[in-house]
Amino acid sequence: MSKLFESASQTAGPYVHIGCVPNFCGIPDVYPNDLGERMVTDATPGERISITGAVYDGTGAPLKDVLVEIWQANSDGHYGSDASGFNGWGRQAGHGETGVWQFDTIKPGPVTHASGHLMAPHITFWIVARGINIGLHTRMYFPEDAAAHAGDPVLARIEHKPRIATLLASRQAAGMYHFNIYLQGPQETVFFDV
Amino acid sequence: MTDTKGGYMARDWTRQPPALTPSYKTSLTRSPQLAKISMPSTLSEETGPIFDHSILGPLDDDLILNFATPGEMALGPRIIVHGRLQDENGRGVPHALIEVWQANAGGRYRHKKEGYLAPLDPNFGGCGRVLTDEKGFYRFRTVKPGPYPWPNGVNDWRPAHIHFSVFGQSFAQRLITQMYFEGDPLIWRCPIVAAIPDRDAIERLIAPLDMQHTIPMDARAYRFDIVLRGRRASYFENRPEGT
Repeated sequence: MSKLFESASQTAGPYVHIGCVPNFCGIPDVYPNDLGERMVTDATPGERISITGAVYDGTGAPLKDVLVEIWQANSDGHYGSDASGFNGWGRQAGHGETGVWQFDTIKPGPVTHASGHLMAPHITFWIVARGINIGLHTRMYFPEDAAAHAGDPVLARIEHKPRIATLLASRQAAGMYHFNIYLQGPQETVFFDV
Repeated sequence: MTDTKGGYMARDWTRQPPALTPSYKTSLTRSPQLAKISMPSTLSEETGPIFDHSILGPLDDDLILNFATPGEMALGPRIIVHGRLQDENGRGVPHALIEVWQANAGGRYRHKKEGYLAPLDPNFGGCGRVLTDEKGFYRFRTVKPGPYPWPNGVNDWRPAHIHFSVFGQSFAQRLITQMYFEGDPLIWRCPIVAAIPDRDAIERLIAPLDMQHTIPMDARAYRFDIVLRGRRASYFENRPEGT
């Protein structure tokens, strides 16, 4: 079978909201709601959490036009939809003035890796914006799972161990996490070519 | 029959834009500078959100009508855009969500941060979406977007284009790209297009006029095929099924 080539990526540009979150950017009535804006229902099992954060450029400024998607397992560590309507996928735009986004979701369970080891609870992040030529993949891990991080086969690939800290959220209060992503600079977040 | 449940084939970085492309100025401060950590795909990338027709409204695939006052239509050259979504193994990707957005026929986006003096069209919102069919084919109707100037160089113009956000069957396949139109002289002058390091990869983003699917006296058609990443065959992989 002849192999095709993946289509080339192009930046999402400054107007990504029109296509992905039109209600957010003042285009109402075309779609009833913005896909991915609400992840959980009252019936979704698991520990309720909120994650806030911003994505920062090399000057230290937050990206006000960023679009962030997350993908995660359910509280049992399984991917896919459940009867409650939870499907593990969320999408939020950065606030137009501050760049801050927020996801209200549940804490995922650990997920099995092909090696047979468990990956510590984590949420996959995908970041697109003007000036980003191809979507960036990273992960958020939870600070309270330090023991599980030691055995995580993905974190084990990060040779420069101090950089693992860039993938850890900070815990502000019970169920409240903060996760900033830095595109450049001394705190540059680990991104994955996966 | 080839089993393709292995991990995702590595991305071909000779055909994808690097993060830093200085002629596209915004990339200077938004490009990671350290090497990405390479890893084989895991279950976290080999799965992804699945959508079905329950999310779609009857006019989601018709940008000429989906924002218009009833009885009115968007202004501009009427076009059908259609094509096939495949993976790198040449398999159609079924039931995949494609979201599109674009400027109106005058080159103006309906967005509060847009400053171009060309007027809004009161009957054009600029967003649409569609699910691919069982074989990966999709189509939607719109008006041809206009080119527009943008603040990068002193006199940079974007070629006419439609933005595509594509979901496949997994998060590893997630892709955003842009479709250009055959014959547009601005394509080869555009710093965003030029971020792609391979001429053939650029040409595959240029949709040709498709007279076969053009509707006489109504709308021209453009054909735009999209390829997402594919998985390796798994004959020799020691990988537990279902994980």
